[in-house]
Amino acid sequence: MSLVGARVLRKEDPNLITGNGQYVDDLQPAGCTSMVFVRSTEAHAKIRSIDTAEALVLPGVLAVWTSANIAQLANCPGGLPGLDQPLLAKDVVRFVGEGVAVVVATDRYIAADAAELIVVDYEPLPAVASLSAAMAPGAVVLHEALGGNTVHFQDFENPLDDVFAAAPRTASLHIVNNRCAPTPIEPNVCLADWGRSGLTLWAAFQAPHHLRNTIAQYFGIPQDSTRVVAPDVGGGFGAKINFVPEFFLTALLSKEIGRPVKYTQTRSECLVAMLHGRAQEHDASVAFDNDGRILALKLSVTQDQGAYPNGTGMGLPVLTTAMAAGCYRIPAVAISWRNVVTNTTPVAAYRGAGRPEASYTIERLIDLIADETGVDPVEVRRRNFIPVDAFPYATHSPLAMYDSGNFAGALDELLKHVKYDELKKEQEKRRQDPAAKLLGIGFASWLEIAGFGPPGSLEAFGHLASWESAQVRIQPDGSAIIFTGASPHGQGTVTTYAQIAADELGIDFDRISVKHGDTAVVPQGIGTMGSRAVAVGGEGVKTASGRVYENAKRIAAHLLEASAEDIVIEDEKFFVKGTPARSVPWSEVAWKSFQPLELPGGMEPGGLDSTVFQQVPNFSFPSGAYCCVVEIDRETGGVNIVNMYLVDDCGTVINPLLVEGQVHGGVAQGIAQALFEHMLYDPSGVPRTSTLMDYLVPAASDLPGYVTGRTNTPNPSNTLGAKGVGESGSVGAPPAVVNAVVDALSHLGVKHIDMPVTPIKVWNILEGAK
Amino acid sequence: MIPAQFDYVEATSVADAIRLLAEHGDEAKLLAGGHSLIPLMKLRLVTPATLIDVTHIKELSYIKEDGNNIVIGALTRHRDIEQSELVKKHLPLVAHVAGEVGDPQVRNRGTLGGSLVHGDPAADLPAAALATGATMVIAGQNGERRVSAQEFFIDFLETDVQPGEILTAIEFPKHTDAGWAYEKFVRRAMDYAIVGVALQLGAKPGVALVNMSNKPHLAQSASQAISKGAAIADVLAVINDNTNPPEDLNATVEYREHLARVLTQRAFATASK
Ligand SMILES: Cc1cc2nc3c(=O)[nH]c(=O)nc-3n(C[C@H](O)[C@H](O)[C@H](O)COP(=O)(O)OP(=O)(O)OC[C@H]3O[C@@H](n4cnc5c(N)ncnc54)[C@H](O)[C@@H]3O)c2cc1C
Repeated sequence: MSLVGARVLRKEDPNLITGNGQYVDDLQPAGCTSMVFVRSTEAHAKIRSIDTAEALVLPGVLAVWTSANIAQLANCPGGLPGLDQPLLAKDVVRFVGEGVAVVVATDRYIAADAAELIVVDYEPLPAVASLSAAMAPGAVVLHEALGGNTVHFQDFENPLDDVFAAAPRTASLHIVNNRCAPTPIEPNVCLADWGRSGLTLWAAFQAPHHLRNTIAQYFGIPQDSTRVVAPDVGGGFGAKINFVPEFFLTALLSKEIGRPVKYTQTRSECLVAMLHGRAQEHDASVAFDNDGRILALKLSVTQDQGAYPNGTGMGLPVLTTAMAAGCYRIPAVAISWRNVVTNTTPVAAYRGAGRPEASYTIERLIDLIADETGVDPVEVRRRNFIPVDAFPYATHSPLAMYDSGNFAGALDELLKHVKYDELKKEQEKRRQDPAAKLLGIGFASWLEIAGFGPPGSLEAFGHLASWESAQVRIQPDGSAIIFTGASPHGQGTVTTYAQIAADELGIDFDRISVKHGDTAVVPQGIGTMGSRAVAVGGEGVKTASGRVYENAKRIAAHLLEASAEDIVIEDEKFFVKGTPARSVPWSEVAWKSFQPLELPGGMEPGGLDSTVFQQVPNFSFPSGAYCCVVEIDRETGGVNIVNMYLVDDCGTVINPLLVEGQVHGGVAQGIAQALFEHMLYDPSGVPRTSTLMDYLVPAASDLPGYVTGRTNTPNPSNTLGAKGVGESGSVGAPPAVVNAVVDALSHLGVKHIDMPVTPIKVWNILEGAK
Repeated sequence: MIPAQFDYVEATSVADAIRLLAEHGDEAKLLAGGHSLIPLMKLRLVTPATLIDVTHIKELSYIKEDGNNIVIGALTRHRDIEQSELVKKHLPLVAHVAGEVGDPQVRNRGTLGGSLVHGDPAADLPAAALATGATMVIAGQNGERRVSAQEFFIDFLETDVQPGEILTAIEFPKHTDAGWAYEKFVRRAMDYAIVGVALQLGAKPGVALVNMSNKPHLAQSASQAISKGAAIADVLAVINDNTNPPEDLNATVEYREHLARVLTQRAFATASK
């Protein structure tokens, strides 16, 4: 029986749900100390002075550092040269939450008390807390080296003025893609121990080898004695692939005081100091004919980079503009983007990273076309889909060479679940009844780019390479250990990789374990991001397992005095096809694989061990069709999702349970962006949503049940056929939800509502229409 | 998120708590469920020198029938009130409101007394106490005194519990077989109300509003109108009298006043079912 495709329970769960997981904060090595930050309360200010005298004399305090203590050190890696964030603010602070000083003490409470005693004297500067403020003429400049606040501007190659002028119809939207805080349950946590035998850094991180490479380079120390460990990690959503000052500060302070130094971010800090996501504004225009066929698309993206632009953040509008056309065949596409700094928390990858922004805008535009032409939104989609026979399909962007998809097929599958005609009748009926709640039906045919990636794709973000490593090692008893560089942070990789390996090796699932996260254990690695763990890392597990299996067959053939080509396996027993009575068990093959006298000629001991650096030729392109049905309370403006139908095409499914889990989680985050979450600043740059009482992360009780379905167009870039599913939900859900809300209100002339759709926004619209 | 240093002592009885309050003075705070106090301490908005833990005082955790009253000990948890057959029978509004507070974890820790003494205008239970016409029993060095719910709430997070005093019990007049409703408008199920309306009908009706003023608010004109048997429209016309609604990310003053009317109307509809 094949395990790939089976609903296998997660190997990870027994530990995690009984409280036996091990997160960085659970580690308490002897002599462990605690580091606490003093963070800026000003969005933009000069630092006149920092008085640390009282903190230094508090009993239990071991060190107090400001930028003066680390003046010789380079800024935090990952930024843009000249615009990068200092480990501790030097002379100027540029956002609320920027680190100004750190205290190390024997325990966290003393460190926090000492931090309170530090007095920072600020000279406030004018702040720019929004894109419009940062781009206004005469706006205060964040980085003098830049001269203005625009970091990079990519103009239209051809603004398509003639196409738009000649088109039968055009429509435009200004869209704000709301800033979100990733808010993993585990915030940033790290623990550094730099002793005589080298530096070990435990960190809640998605890419431990990437951090190992960088931290060794930063300190000029050899990698053989630099070890990074990401143990159990409680979510990351992209926020844990960027380097943050605490990694370097805890390491240095550990070296300085000769004891381990731990930093555990508080939730309040996490909301302002962990990198944010989204934060884009779009000016989008479409030209189309009277039948709703799209003739041209023009998109200009303005990306808020926060105070210190970083490589990942700079990549966001690149991905957004690459995916601007979504599932549609659009004859002419013009793109432009601009990166701007503001006095806010820096922005980087957040679940979907640039693709949710793209799908949101194109799917809003599709509904706008439907609204303008009177053609049903489902039909507008069908009329513009790239047809199944058009793959591989070259888009306007060299990044996005769509390799496969069946967009109409996913929509057909979706409509099997959605009673669309009945819903439309019901909608009409309710509009006539002033006491009834309004009904809205919203669709999203979404497409994203995942499976990072082909050579060069991650190098562009500072990674060593874009392959993923997999080592498959058979133990002498015939059990197997898989080592992967795709260190997970909640995905269930330990389970899916064991499933893949079990099928390839013919070894029982329960006798396969997966090791990850420790650079001293896993040969090399890249990390888990961009929905690549299965599409790239899982493919590596398959390749390495296949190689090991071939060698095992040779040994079995030798023992059975047969030819390797004739050997098959069942129930962990090798035998010659057709004669199961005479067999050798895996355990014997494994044992003898280490004994030179038992091996076939020319085979070396230890041959059942294979390491692969798996490459893939292209990105993958998960897609799907979602439908959201909402009810709107006419009196309060409250929006309630009554149904959510989700058809995903992630290619081959390794484990339906885990795919559903990823879809549910991603959709929850998508609904969160559409209805609840918004990181808001006041004009002076003070965050207005700096606690979880104001920054509304929805809980299970705030989310609907989901009806899930699936189509399968296999990924042609790997033999598994898997595309990746980690980010899909957050790509598809926001447009489905907002399209439903706009549909519910369309009889009032509503064309667009920015996220999050709050009750007061809807109420104001309803009042305005009275 | 890391509180300042504090001392911790356990009180074993009401008398012991009063003694400890006197001993530790202004710098001490009583610790009940901790679900309002500890978040404030973690944000260092409150930094008591000593916490006097009263949760081990068994004599303050009870629900009992006393003639025309149901008396609830101040340390009774929200969850116990929500599930009590006695409360469900005679004070269904109070039982229901207790079940609307936060989430199960909060309801298993938070106490009725803590919620009332905290005096948050956005909290649920103070509105239920106001609508049902509850009386607070407060003990101190000079013995016991009784204060009506209406006089008890003084200002934002300020109640009539004086330094050295402890709230010991809440006496609710029975509202057996009377109509009632609680309407709570939230963005997330576990949130504090953006606006809430607690409505008690029957012989001694009352209507109280959540998050519509600087303190838990009894809508007096509306309550009087209801006792006089006024039409719903007339109640709605005065429901926002003397309110002072806050403005925040979720609502403007205008929107809150609108919600108060909508929710009151709905409360009447529910109560009459
Ligand atoms: C996540 C979360 C969600 C919540 N959601 C809601 C909600 O939706 N609605 C709602 O109404 N509340 C909500 N709460 C608050 C919760 O109901 C609190 O439990 C309650 O407000 C306080 O009760 P406590 O027993 O925890 O009091 P504590 O926090 O222990 O004390 C609160 C204050 O009262 C004083 N005090 C306590 N007991 C006495 C006494 N017997 N005599 C004198 N003084 C005393 C304390 O000194 C302190 O000043 C929420 C809390 C949390 C943490």
